[in-house]
Amino acid sequence: MQTLTQIRDGLAAGDFSSVEITRDLLDRIAATDGALNAYITVTEAQALQQAEAADRDRAAGNAGPLNGLPLAIKDIFCTDGVRTSCASRMLDNFIAPYDATVIARLRDAGSVMLGKTNMDEFAMGSSNESSHYGPARNPWDRDRVPGGSSGGSAVAVAAGMAPAALGTDTGGSIRQPAAFCGITGLKPTYGRVSRYGMIAYASSLDQGGPMARSAEDCALLLQGIAGFDERDSTSIDREVPDYGARLDDGIDGLRIGLPKQYFAAGLDDGVARVIDAAIDEYRRLGAEVIEVDLPNSGIAIPAYYVVAMAECSSNLSRFDGVRFGHRCDDPKDLEDLYKRSRAEGFGDEVKRRILIGTYALSAGYYDAYYLKAQKLRRLISNDFQSAFERVDLIAGPTTPTPAFPLGDNRDDPVAMYLQDIYTISVNLAGLPAISLPAGFSDGLPVGLQLIGNYFDEARLLNAAHRFQQATDWHLRQPEVTA
Amino acid sequence: MNWETVIGLEIHAQLATRSKIFSGASTAFGAEPNTQACAVDLGLPGVLPVLNEEAVNMAIKFALAIDAEIGRESVFARKNYFYPDLPKGYQISQFELPIVGRGQVSISLGEGDSRVIGVTRAHLEEDAGKSLHDQFADMTGIDLNRAGTPLLEIVSEPDMRSAKEAVAYARKIHALVQYLGICDGNMQEGSFRCDANVSVRPAGQQELGTRTELKNINSFRFLERAINHEVRRQIEILEDGGRIVQETRLYDAERDETRSMRSKEEANDYRYFPDPDLLPVRIDDARIERIRATLPELPEQKRQRYISELGLSEYNAELLSASREIAAYFEAALAEAEALSVPLANWILGEVTGALNKADLGFDACPVPPARLAGLLRRIDDDTISGKIAKEVFEAMWNGEGDADAIIEARGLRQISDSGELEAMIDAAIAEHPAQVEQFRAGKEKVLGFFVGQIMKQTRGKANPGQVNALLREKLKG
Repeated sequence: MQTLTQIRDGLAAGDFSSVEITRDLLDRIAATDGALNAYITVTEAQALQQAEAADRDRAAGNAGPLNGLPLAIKDIFCTDGVRTSCASRMLDNFIAPYDATVIARLRDAGSVMLGKTNMDEFAMGSSNESSHYGPARNPWDRDRVPGGSSGGSAVAVAAGMAPAALGTDTGGSIRQPAAFCGITGLKPTYGRVSRYGMIAYASSLDQGGPMARSAEDCALLLQGIAGFDERDSTSIDREVPDYGARLDDGIDGLRIGLPKQYFAAGLDDGVARVIDAAIDEYRRLGAEVIEVDLPNSGIAIPAYYVVAMAECSSNLSRFDGVRFGHRCDDPKDLEDLYKRSRAEGFGDEVKRRILIGTYALSAGYYDAYYLKAQKLRRLISNDFQSAFERVDLIAGPTTPTPAFPLGDNRDDPVAMYLQDIYTISVNLAGLPAISLPAGFSDGLPVGLQLIGNYFDEARLLNAAHRFQQATDWHLRQPEVTA
Repeated sequence: MNWETVIGLEIHAQLATRSKIFSGASTAFGAEPNTQACAVDLGLPGVLPVLNEEAVNMAIKFALAIDAEIGRESVFARKNYFYPDLPKGYQISQFELPIVGRGQVSISLGEGDSRVIGVTRAHLEEDAGKSLHDQFADMTGIDLNRAGTPLLEIVSEPDMRSAKEAVAYARKIHALVQYLGICDGNMQEGSFRCDANVSVRPAGQQELGTRTELKNINSFRFLERAINHEVRRQIEILEDGGRIVQETRLYDAERDETRSMRSKEEANDYRYFPDPDLLPVRIDDARIERIRATLPELPEQKRQRYISELGLSEYNAELLSASREIAAYFEAALAEAEALSVPLANWILGEVTGALNKADLGFDACPVPPARLAGLLRRIDDDTISGKIAKEVFEAMWNGEGDADAIIEARGLRQISDSGELEAMIDAAIAEHPAQVEQFRAGKEKVLGFFVGQIMKQTRGKANPGQVNALLREKLKG
């Protein structure tokens, strides 16, 4: 199975065409996805057309930076003419008349879209089980979850059904499934990647990013999507560096901080052993490891869930059955139209979050919940800024446990929310972070999370790449049979 | 019991930007339904708002014109409620930190009586679409062309004590936004909308009574009638021992009554919170000064200048500065006849206004251009024609017969100021009416008018009346 970088080089060398590699991948999807359910929509005909066009462009000397590279796209990004469902019954019939900014950039760079991947409904979940189309399955153990919400993207990459994929990360939705499926996933700095056309879950936390087999591949894909977008007021007008340029730099003297709060109770022993070994590897590579303090880590989960649910309760109001999406049959009046369209269109987890968020914003509760959560958010950001005065990167486990069995946390939303304990403070602070494969516990992949300061994606990718030059965890692949 | 009325107004002024407040779609009025609504206006999944800076500039202009505080950091918030013509399920508005803070305007109530009305705040927000209830049987149509049109919501203090004051305040704001060029002021098309908060209380009581909010008022006349009706309704209820329900009431112009729309008890909790899709708007001194430099002369400044520099009466100065159109007309005419400010003012407020009212036209559509009016007044001033003949000339100009000189020439209206000619006529008249001459000489001054009439009849009004008077007096004395 080839990495994105290898495919790029092979296309450039003329070893194969985009049509050939695209057809191989489509065949593999057809053969294996019945069991894994990574894709909601496979855009076979369009993919082959795009591949042909890419090959023509290359022959004409007009190869864009991602020419001919096949990618899987999380079904949260709007794609002109192709259904964008957000894994919800609500949008099962929705075809956007426009491309998300990142989709347009990827298309303009010459890439090929293989299809739209499975996810938790409206990106709300950590297991992919809230998808209207059924959960994607972890290719390392099909009875286990792939993580979420970008579970389908992680499965597609891990199982060789795409060399790389786009995901989104609101509280860990790129990093946690990357960790569970043994791939590399980067959540960029908030504002680095345009949110235009990415269906909003929690606007102040959502960020799109690359999921791939290696840090090098993530750098290549990030290069294709990063940058200011005048259609997204929260995107930041700041030059995009060449993410590939510093990958091979030495990391001698790199200061890595270990937050003591990330190695406390609740961390699975097997995961802890893998992370300790990975940190030792960094020491061997010349990094200096320092303990740091993130004293407000404990309040991250409640702060996150108040902010995210409050924002989602408002963001999802537009799904009202009036202009697009699911509309109930024979509404008897306007209120009936609203109530039944939404009751039928949304799944349980989405409803739960809308209800909690509505409550948190209600008159009389706003100060106690939303405003308080925003204040806690500042404390959490301040913790990171203090730590970054002493270290270059912060390292720890991506998740407290490896992938858990399907159905395990279904009846206990709070236990499910605790899955995000190491990832969500990063979103609250708006920082970039990467999860990379660091080893296995009982045959299941374990992810190492590296957190960087604002716009320090290049340093994160460099540190991850050096680790991947010294180890082969990221090259391990599950046995996938039909 | 004596009752005191307390009124506050909420005015929604549509800002005259070319594109919408958060999208690039056009704001033009009257297009086919849903042809001026882009993905952002439709609230499609994934789209994001981007603030139109021109709307911010217009709000700053307004703040400067009412001497208001400018929010150096204002925040857009989401006002959440479900309605079919509100595509996102929330309206982007401003809540805690509006762009315009406290300010004030002074209103004139005639006869030198004026009052200062406080403006609590003004904030930017997007307009909703329209629900069309009468176009499809058993269905409601939604037109989202208006969705996303920028609005400046101007909230007054409860400083007004009568419908008349409320109308004066609304007219003042109406004139101001047009002067500033930030709103076309068209009330029929809904570019300028007034909601009135009305309550009554026993005279002398400090505490405010329970208020109702009156909506759906699309003219100043209806504003006055709606308030007066509502005040009567509230007083009747209170005098019958009832209590006022805090509610929104719609004004029905056809029946001249208000009726309940929804009560506050069942009102929405709007769950305001800062819109995470938009950054706070930061406004620095440089931007404010840049905008200040573009401000036109405002009504109050004009009014004062008209009095002090042009010698107009307070009343005329007030009326001529009351709207941008009339002031522009006056000033354009004045540019052609600089010394004639007072007669110009009188003519514009008299003859011209009367003719426009009769034809239901505004000053911007006046068939007599200001330069022609000035030309007419110059001919009065140089005694070419009398004021009376001038009215005939004006009517001819109104009907498109050319400028004053051409009409005077064509109709032979030039005033007879040749004293020889006039003297001959006067001598003849005196000779013909010896009885009247006797009466005059016996002290019956009124008879002078008889002789003037004779001369005017003979000259068909073209004699210079002053001159006729003087000559007659001289000759009648004998």
